[in-house]
Amino acid sequence: MIAAHLPVLQIVVPLIAAPLCLLLRRGALAWGLALLASWAALAMSVLLLSQVLSDGPVSYALGDWAAPWGIEYRVDSINAFVLLIVSAVGAVILPYARRSVAHEIPAEQHSAFYTAFLLCLTGLLGVAITGDAFNLFVFLEISSLSSYVLIALGRDRRALTAAFQYLVMGTIGATFIVIGIGLLYMVTGTLNMADLAQRLPPLGQNRTVVVAFAFLTIGASLKLALFPLHYWLPNAYTYAPSAVTGFLAATATKVAVYILLRFFFTIFGPEFAIETLTLQHLLVPLAVIAILVCSTVAIFQDNIKRMLAYSSLAQIGYIVLGIGMASPTGLTAGIVHLFNHAMTKGGLFLALGCIFLRVGSVRLESMQGLGRTMPWTMFAFVLGGLSLIGVPLTVGFISKWYLVQAALEQDSWLLAALVLAGSLLAIIYVWRVVEVAYLRPPPAGAAAVREAPLSMLIPTWVLIGASIYFGVDTSLTVGVANKAAVMLLGGAP
Amino acid sequence: MDVLGLYNYWIVIVLMMTGFYVVISRGNLIKKVVGLNIFQTSVFILYISMGKIIGGTAPIVAPGVTVYSNPLPHVLILTAIVVGVATTALGLTLIVRIKEAFGTVEESEILQQRDDT
Repeated sequence: MIAAHLPVLQIVVPLIAAPLCLLLRRGALAWGLALLASWAALAMSVLLLSQVLSDGPVSYALGDWAAPWGIEYRVDSINAFVLLIVSAVGAVILPYARRSVAHEIPAEQHSAFYTAFLLCLTGLLGVAITGDAFNLFVFLEISSLSSYVLIALGRDRRALTAAFQYLVMGTIGATFIVIGIGLLYMVTGTLNMADLAQRLPPLGQNRTVVVAFAFLTIGASLKLALFPLHYWLPNAYTYAPSAVTGFLAATATKVAVYILLRFFFTIFGPEFAIETLTLQHLLVPLAVIAILVCSTVAIFQDNIKRMLAYSSLAQIGYIVLGIGMASPTGLTAGIVHLFNHAMTKGGLFLALGCIFLRVGSVRLESMQGLGRTMPWTMFAFVLGGLSLIGVPLTVGFISKWYLVQAALEQDSWLLAALVLAGSLLAIIYVWRVVEVAYLRPPPAGAAAVREAPLSMLIPTWVLIGASIYFGVDTSLTVGVANKAAVMLLGGAP
Repeated sequence: MDVLGLYNYWIVIVLMMTGFYVVISRGNLIKKVVGLNIFQTSVFILYISMGKIIGGTAPIVAPGVTVYSNPLPHVLILTAIVVGVATTALGLTLIVRIKEAFGTVEESEILQQRDDT
């Protein structure tokens, strides 16, 4: 009985829990409720994924209104995977958030923080699950508006300007997406993604369709911070509270990539996006520039949170590169890197949050000697760093392995070499931190630093552990990603 | 090509570009929000004019009427208007907080203060 309503419960549970958090007022109670809701969301997304893997796509008619009139929720292998990533990261970060938020945000704002957090989770899950193009925009704005609030809660006053900057860029991106959806509705008369996918191909290179495609591409690229539309991301990640940075870095850009995948491959279809409009000629160069330029900029950052933000931009480059190659292997690499990067970067930002709790700064010079005083946190950071580089036995290696394979399949030695060059740059920026933390003694006269509390260490290690475990046992992640890639290229919804 | 007959789209494009230009070129944060609003309003008009059918009436079944306008884009844009209002409210709230923290709403002066610290 309940199982039939899983798709809608996935959204409704965090959505209803959000205002309840605000009504509870007490920060600890709100945290408890948010924790329950996020774990429930994780359980449901696991059930949905297993249902999809065994029985194929799940369709749910909202309010029992049949598809073209009502909103359809449709779960297939790609969005079940994205749902799992988002809800898993949410469920891991909430236990961590309690100490971190208590440290970084004034007590009277705690219940509001958890409300915004749950709304953001709802929005991201909603974008992933919905089968209706306009509904996607509404959920996107729910997640965006709440993430502006979350970023503005940062202690530094620059968090406010970062949030405002993101608000302007994010609103432009979302408005572009609505324009695109509106133009598609003009020519097809439907908003249901499955119907759109059927009615668009006969239209061919209709001018309206091409313009809609352009608006959707730019809008989604703004949200996923593809170079050169990435200007908002470094500030937003740097000044947001630690738990928020971890959550957004692991989920928000991933969901934007999903929007891109959904529109390119399911709705417009690979023939239109890749063969007719030759989108790969745009995506691949931008992705390569993102990898090289942003990795290089990361090397020169003294604020480690900002360094990881630039590294995120480079990693988004890897994901988009995989998508741009548009072969089954390339898409598999891109999709599997969604998961892998979420685990790695989520874990790294959480480790930084532990450091911020104990040291009060995430600048490079304040990390001297932390290898001795905070061994567990720093070891987690090192393992995450290894995964960013792509050392074997980490998830980063798996992604790069498939990327390089995809490049070689297309006889593109240059792309393979550029991917490896990106790894070399990652070695430099990770090494800077390792050197300071392990090879330099703690500054004389500094206050003694203790290891982070277990409530924060365990979530950090869960994500870092996942980025090691799935680097060894890839059957789940690569299996699902491969299935999703084949489905997307097959054009079936 | 029928240029004048498509006047509703010309209005949309002019408004869209006006709003977009204001967002990009103005350093005053409030003016940026105003520009963002104009930008979003152009999309509202795009949707609303798309649902209108010449000679069509409100979609209520009545004797002797066969042509109806499409109500769906109008309903959709109601949602988008709500989103726009929420965005504006949040943007203005952030500006109030920025004014408290930096003492100004001019982007250049804020950037200057950020460089100093």
